[in-house]
Amino acid sequence: MKLLTHNMMASHCKGAKGGYPLKVKCTEMTEEEVDFNGEFIARMLPRIQFDALRQTVGEIGLKTSLPGAVPDDAATNETFLKELHHVLLEVQIVEGELECPDTGTKFPIKNGIPNMLLPEE
Amino acid sequence: LLKMRLRDLESFLSQVDAFEEPKIELEQYPTSAHIAAHMLYTMENDYGDIEGKVVADLGCGCGMLSIGATIMGSGLTIGFDIDEDALDIAENNCAELEVPVDFIRCNLVQQTVSQDGTLADLPWKGAKVDTVIMNPPFGTKKNTTGIDMLFVQRALQLAETAVYSLHKTSTRNFIMKKAKEWGYEMKVLAELRYDLPATYKFHKKKSVDIEVDFIRFSKIKSTSE
Repeated sequence: MKLLTHNMMASHCKGAKGGYPLKVKCTEMTEEEVDFNGEFIARMLPRIQFDALRQTVGEIGLKTSLPGAVPDDAATNETFLKELHHVLLEVQIVEGELECPDTGTKFPIKNGIPNMLLPEE
Repeated sequence: LLKMRLRDLESFLSQVDAFEEPKIELEQYPTSAHIAAHMLYTMENDYGDIEGKVVADLGCGCGMLSIGATIMGSGLTIGFDIDEDALDIAENNCAELEVPVDFIRCNLVQQTVSQDGTLADLPWKGAKVDTVIMNPPFGTKKNTTGIDMLFVQRALQLAETAVYSLHKTSTRNFIMKKAKEWGYEMKVLAELRYDLPATYKFHKKKSVDIEVDFIRFSKIKSTSE
């Protein structure tokens, strides 16, 4: 699971108040090269919750040069876009767990696939 | 990015493995490489709805449409399915063909009352994807009646630009009425003969041809704009 996908997900379990962002516990992570498409990353900027992304990066212990906030010139700042590209698309969570921040409900990630079925399903 | 030719796309997709044991209760009919290639080709070449877009595949099964969307140049493809076995095959397909797709296992048609947002029953925050592509269950079994329209509803909530889907031609008028009610227009892009292999025991013939519409849904634009 890529961090871009994670950034758009939320917990939908009963009692969740927004359920966002899902906490990540990561026991295995890989990095795979993906062709850089600056236009795509720039287009994603309004959809990305940057604070949540910073939090996730911290939770999985990823070393990154991402700044604390989105720079004003983000859409044209190639250094920033390239690092964001790396964090969003090249880092993969392979094994671990997602946790609903409101209820503590856990969702396992196996072979890169989070299982978001609710306990009663 | 090099535009892939239709023939090359179909030939590449013919390497995608399908279900080993399709589950009747989930109406798991595989999407053929031929149909998938034509769908994807139309989406990209006529509408520009794949390259550089975030694409979601609802009920992705073994990943045929997800993989196709990714090699057509999507920025990110996410396949959703409830079935662990199908997702395992999908993940294997992606690994073998070296095509990166993200998958999420979840129930797409859980019927809970949402408090505020319409997406409350999806594990999704609310940011939209650009395009949804899907080959949903046809909803023709007793216990699956209406499931096709639930998929359409979810897809319309999730997509910013357009939803592409396959439906039995016999349900066209009903779907058209529903889409209009929800504020969407639909266009039948192609009428297909869908060759259902005799995957299930109750099919006596070797294969059964059914008539299927390839449909594009998009928001009705207000005339004042």
